[in-house]
Amino acid sequence: MEPVTSQRIGVTVNGALHEREVEARRLLVHLIRDDLGLTGTHVGCDTGNCGACTVLLDGAAVKSCMLLAVQADGATIETVESLAQEGDLHPLQQAFSDHHALQCGYCTPGMLMSAKHLLDHNAEPTENEIRRAIQGNICRCTGYVNIVEAIAAVAKGEVSA
Amino acid sequence: MSTTNATTAAPEQVEAPQKGFAGQSVPRKEDKRLVQGQGVFVDDVRRHEVGYVHFVRSPYAHAAIANIDVSAALELEGVYGALIGEEVAALTDPFFQLSVPPGSEIKDYALAVGKVRHLGDPVAVVAARTRELARDAAELVEVEYEPLPVVVDPERALDEDAAVLHEDAGTNLVWSGAFDWGDFDTALAEADRVVRIERLHFDRFSSTPLETSGALVEYDRGTAQWTLHANNQFPGFAIIMMGPALRTGMDKLRFVSQDIGGAFGNKICTHPQLVALCLLARKLNRPVQWTEWRTDQHTGNSHGNERVFLDVEVPVKADGTMLGFRCKAVDDCGAYSRYEPLGCIIWAQVTPGLYRWRNVHIDFSQVCTNKSPCGPNRGYSRMQHLWFTERVIDIVAHELDLDPVEIRKLNYIKAEEMPYETPNGCVYDSGDYARCLDMALDLIGYGSIEEKRQDAQSRGKLLGVGIGSTLDSGTNNFGQSQLLNPDLQFSGNNEVASVKLDIFGEVVVTLGTTPQGQSHETVASQVVSDILGVTPDDVHVRAGHDSYWNSHAGFSGTYASQFAVTGLGAVSGATELLADQIRRLAAVILGADGPDAIVLDGGFAKLRDNPEAALPFMACGAIVNANNAGLPPELDDVTLNCRYVYKPPFQVPDKERKFGNLTLTYATQIHACVVEVDPATGVYEIVDYAAVDDCGNRIHPQIVEGQVHGAAAHGLGAAMFETFSYDEDGTLLTSNFYDYHVPHALDMPPLKTGAIESPSPFTSLGTKGMGEGGGAGIHSVCAAIQDALRPAGNAIVTDSHNPYHRVWDLLRAPEASRALVKVEQR
Repeated sequence: MEPVTSQRIGVTVNGALHEREVEARRLLVHLIRDDLGLTGTHVGCDTGNCGACTVLLDGAAVKSCMLLAVQADGATIETVESLAQEGDLHPLQQAFSDHHALQCGYCTPGMLMSAKHLLDHNAEPTENEIRRAIQGNICRCTGYVNIVEAIAAVAKGEVSA
Repeated sequence: MSTTNATTAAPEQVEAPQKGFAGQSVPRKEDKRLVQGQGVFVDDVRRHEVGYVHFVRSPYAHAAIANIDVSAALELEGVYGALIGEEVAALTDPFFQLSVPPGSEIKDYALAVGKVRHLGDPVAVVAARTRELARDAAELVEVEYEPLPVVVDPERALDEDAAVLHEDAGTNLVWSGAFDWGDFDTALAEADRVVRIERLHFDRFSSTPLETSGALVEYDRGTAQWTLHANNQFPGFAIIMMGPALRTGMDKLRFVSQDIGGAFGNKICTHPQLVALCLLARKLNRPVQWTEWRTDQHTGNSHGNERVFLDVEVPVKADGTMLGFRCKAVDDCGAYSRYEPLGCIIWAQVTPGLYRWRNVHIDFSQVCTNKSPCGPNRGYSRMQHLWFTERVIDIVAHELDLDPVEIRKLNYIKAEEMPYETPNGCVYDSGDYARCLDMALDLIGYGSIEEKRQDAQSRGKLLGVGIGSTLDSGTNNFGQSQLLNPDLQFSGNNEVASVKLDIFGEVVVTLGTTPQGQSHETVASQVVSDILGVTPDDVHVRAGHDSYWNSHAGFSGTYASQFAVTGLGAVSGATELLADQIRRLAAVILGADGPDAIVLDGGFAKLRDNPEAALPFMACGAIVNANNAGLPPELDDVTLNCRYVYKPPFQVPDKERKFGNLTLTYATQIHACVVEVDPATGVYEIVDYAAVDDCGNRIHPQIVEGQVHGAAAHGLGAAMFETFSYDEDGTLLTSNFYDYHVPHALDMPPLKTGAIESPSPFTSLGTKGMGEGGGAGIHSVCAAIQDALRPAGNAIVTDSHNPYHRVWDLLRAPEASRALVKVEQR
């Protein structure tokens, strides 16, 4: 019998169900970026270290380069494109801008999703808890200073409209 | 919060900051798209029927290529084609070399021809229907290698029995020369003490931008033109390298980019990969897409230069005044000289560091080794040299028992001496180093440092304080290249901007730059809005770069700390031209006496004496662009579409004396670092850190501070964690982010920042280029470790990279480092 090399999966991404025939070896991040065209999720390494590809999978922050697309069959995924609602930025997005928590913007989508995951589970994080929550996300531009400030500002409700 | 912003008011002698949007931290224009994942980075560009590209790379550091067989790869269904070195050698000419002999004899192609010279050297490239398939195909390419002896250690590269990388050059030497300024022998004779340091080593690392290199390349058969959607950060240089190699004209290589995910110099030297993609796109008659893998970036792309300083001699007077230095420097540029040997002169922009050292002699040489080729890396070449000057200061202070703060203040160039001409003719434009140092020391609570030292001691820790004082020299005079090779025809610098008033009154700005996080859209809009009397929201700055916009020149790009001078010089020049045209037009329409009677305010051109009489910008745009019948002939040149080329005032340096001004502006960074070392393990922690910056007038203080944070983080990463480490076979041991550890959020200490503004007298806005910093983080950590180890054996820090195990070595065997330093009493 020929080995099965592809599989039909169904994934709900940002509220929309997508059904696709995918190669068994296709990474989830490539499904998101290349097949669904959601290019906000980025790739910065090939070892799972950098976190640029972080998305929420059934509410958990995961590195989408560390999962096969077939492993996401039946799952609900949120990417950076889900954050803004009808043109209004999510408070984290606004705070990142207010605090200059991004320069090149490449790590930002993954960083935002890790930050969202933190605040979804811990409304009043300490600075150390914020740093722990984003330690899987590498930023090469900011030294993390303003990212930590921005997340703390959202937790304290200090975000401009 | 973790950050203390201790920004102070401008010094008294400085003019008050101009009123307007410049100087304010307005919201960043780039953010709205970037926080929503709507940026367009190179891997986001899509084309139908694209071929995904994978490079086949050498597993050996040095080997002859006996045979390459791509037939198995081509048989795989979905593989579109391949390209190997022999085809590249037939279809292209070797890249232009900047050096004189022997370096000029190096033959460098887009793919390895005949032999490989470093692990990761590309030997073939394949294209296929999917990324995965391209990787499969690459694995099916069979390459027969015949391994050769390798050269890893730059200090051994010129040994008689060392293997030679480039037979055409006949040696591993790329470039060598002597730099001699002042009178070192007399200084030596006048010294009361001479401090000698046998060897100092600056380690190999790179800033490893999070987005790797990449391109989508299309070839148009009808016009024989390539379009490169590429994240190269210096298209001007890439085109100069690629055009002759591809035997085509400059305009046949169209460079396009929008958002670039960090670059830090590492995306300047991608021309070899881009040439391979151009050939492949033409050969296969389809667009090809390449996104470099992280491992490939580490093994095969730009590294920062490694440098060794040997036989250092420092003459010192009894009071601690230092008269200069003499040394040999050996720079390791890896397997190919792609931007080199420019690093052999660029350090000379900051020859004496921040110090009044008048007598300097350096015998400088650059060699090839079987390691990844080097390219510019944030602080390029100056960082290595400034680390040397800061090590010299702290080792001299340590050996002569002088206070590291006082010896700096004694030897620093003084604020009242600015502008200051260095021994080699560079002109430091402005600055107040001692004042910045005092601010940095205040931020770390230096006044109570002895109590902190005792507190640390009571907890079994060794506390140390270190200072890193550096300059960020910006706006290159490319004439410095002629000090390496008198036949090179490069000098000066330039940047371009176009500003137009469109048909509905929109202000549209086009830049020649290729920003990678430096916020050019925002900063340009601030400058434009102040001149035109509108708000930054009214100004549309096109995102990114496209050489078909015709808003670029030979040196366009984003590199070497220059946008605030060259980029904004071009923006303000073009906007002034546009403002003048609007005033001339409005004067005619409104019947004014002349353009001087018109003011621009709130989107209107108004009569100065009667603001009720006003012509909206929309009308100006409409009249000139779409309703121009009957305009008088004196307005024939009014197009409301103005292009300006900014050109800094440089001369070609004196080639005989290697003397002249090599950069226009010099921003100051003074960092202060406090570490606590565990003497049992060598593990240390940065417990306090301050960075004070002076880059003249700041157009956007928040953006400036962000650059300071980032530069500090790169320095700390290099000091503590980041190293491209090779074994004796030339195998890279840190080829991904597992092994090459960059700082994570928990690794970074809180950063305190401060700023003063010493406006540059040489730039119209009083700005200075900034952003690279000078590696002050590396220097301050080295100094702090050395200070901490005083009571535990007095070790000397002689390497720029100090992971915990190296500190443990210094604790265990301090005499080994001490043996490298000798003091001659006179």
